[in-house]
Amino acid sequence: MSIEVCNLVRLVPGARQPLLDNVSLKVPDGAFVALVGPSGAGKTTLLRAIAGLDNCSSGSILLDDSPMTSVKDRAGRMGFVFQNYALFPHMTVARNIAFGLDVQPRAERPARAQIAQRVEELLELMQLQGMGGKHPAKLSGGQRQRVALARALATGPRVLLLDEPFGALDPIVRRSIRTWLRELHDTLGLTTILVTHDQEEALEVADRIVVMQSGRIVQDASPMDLDEQPATEFVMEFLGEAVSFPGEVRHGRMIPDDALVLPFAVPEGVTDGPAVAMIRPYEMNIQKPASEQDVLSIYAAPRGTRNGYRHYTLQLGERVVPFYRPVDEADVQVQGVALDISRSRLFRQGLLCA
Amino acid sequence: MTLSRLAFFRAGGSALPGYRLSLTLTLAWTGFFIILPLSTLLVYPWQGGTGSMLSALHDSRMLAALWTSFSCAAIAAACNIPCGLLLAWALARGNLPGHRLADALIDLPLALPTAVSGITLATLYGPHGWLGSLLAVFGVSVSYNKAGIVLALMFVGLPFVVRAVEPVLRNLPQELEEAAHLLGARPWQIFVRIIAAPVLPALITGFGLAFARGIGEYGSVIFIAGNQPFKSEIAPLLIVVRLQEFDYPGATAIALVLLCVSLLSLALIGGVRRRFAVWSEPA
Repeated sequence: MSIEVCNLVRLVPGARQPLLDNVSLKVPDGAFVALVGPSGAGKTTLLRAIAGLDNCSSGSILLDDSPMTSVKDRAGRMGFVFQNYALFPHMTVARNIAFGLDVQPRAERPARAQIAQRVEELLELMQLQGMGGKHPAKLSGGQRQRVALARALATGPRVLLLDEPFGALDPIVRRSIRTWLRELHDTLGLTTILVTHDQEEALEVADRIVVMQSGRIVQDASPMDLDEQPATEFVMEFLGEAVSFPGEVRHGRMIPDDALVLPFAVPEGVTDGPAVAMIRPYEMNIQKPASEQDVLSIYAAPRGTRNGYRHYTLQLGERVVPFYRPVDEADVQVQGVALDISRSRLFRQGLLCA
Repeated sequence: MTLSRLAFFRAGGSALPGYRLSLTLTLAWTGFFIILPLSTLLVYPWQGGTGSMLSALHDSRMLAALWTSFSCAAIAAACNIPCGLLLAWALARGNLPGHRLADALIDLPLALPTAVSGITLATLYGPHGWLGSLLAVFGVSVSYNKAGIVLALMFVGLPFVVRAVEPVLRNLPQELEEAAHLLGARPWQIFVRIIAAPVLPALITGFGLAFARGIGEYGSVIFIAGNQPFKSEIAPLLIVVRLQEFDYPGATAIALVLLCVSLLSLALIGGVRRRFAVWSEPA
């Protein structure tokens, strides 16, 4: 089921800034989209608006090209998993899962046996066999998470909305439930929108990443594009550790303000003027400068090895900059070198220079 | 066996400083202020001999007064449940203008001298009062009969229900309702299936408190009740009447029955509440 959000605005009385500022988003059928951004960016607000939980000042939400006006229109067609699961504490796991079916009007409601069978199927799908009789208070975090998911899926929705679903889980459970969720999405042919503040989680599980900041969508792209062409400085920073070097573009060359950083050629079409070069620590290089008088004191201090990279910190005048090299490379010569940042992306006034 | 029964007194590793001292103090305090007066109440009525006690217990006026007290307290507490739930809901969820003032007003019946509320109610609902004259048009009279007693008891019992329910409603995660709504539940289903269960133990507590207060209530009732023996006379008033007649065994006999039945009913209410307490456990 495709979802389309058109020019959504949500204002709150008293706040200077709208919670959602003219947000438009198209999610095609079968897509797995992650909404990422810092806290307060409006990710959860957007998700809740899609679910119809909050009223918006203007704009519309279309589900398969038909507009949704109230929660009623969505009941049973959209599954929503809350950040803290919102399981009904006084009901058993089975009753929790069956809730969406139990509350249907008598005419539409499946027979008791059918509901019970559906619950069993879901318990099996969620790897929760034999847990049907327990109360939610007796379950672990990961199990509650899966019960919440089963409850959301019981009515057979085509759309799944997940609000920080892994937030309260420990790292190991988090990783396993993440891959499992992706498989579930593929097997059931769902359209999934996931809210997370963890960009790595988003990159790993989603086909498309929507980066939000202050109630606006900053960029909507595949993980690959996002990495290669971040639209703004913020996106670049948000997706992973980045180091920025302010400088000036002159005659097709970027000349960083920092004397220890080597100038480099910029792509064609970048006009002269001030710019900021941003680069990931593992994309930087160090090399012997061409002329001897450039050699100043860069000193690289080793900081241990993580994820196949040797970590160093470079002392650049007043600044300390992280710098990673692959483990299998030779040891870094730590003295008398200059920094090569020719693989960096250029930004001007916060936006990527095309 | 005896050792393990007394183990609570040693209770190593408690965070409370001076555990033994504070326990002793608490027990002595409870003993002096609750158990001792109550135990004299158990002993005193029998001093005139078993025969006089038994005859005092067979006094039909006393039985009628006890019945009036208990039935009116139960009805008032039951009526307070929907009213209290509604008020608590409005306080916890509604952001109505003046809700802070309403919040303060709720507790007022607790602070007001009961005689003052009694006189106020009697004036309001009396045959010539503002509300009483209005009701008289419809042929309804709430003064000088049991309806008046129930009204007065509702007035004094309401804060107990509101204050018992309100924090539970306030702490009830809104997400539960949203989740139910998204799963297709209609408003009444959300109320019955999602909200009622966690609120029920608090409602029972509120009922118990309002009921207990209603049994012991004296000042606010006597002005509006009319106090006709066998009709609208409450047990606490009968105790006062007996005391004025210098009939101490008669007075303590009523008190004894009042005490036993109150204790039993409160224990029963407590049992029912514990039975449903699991429902309000957070997930």
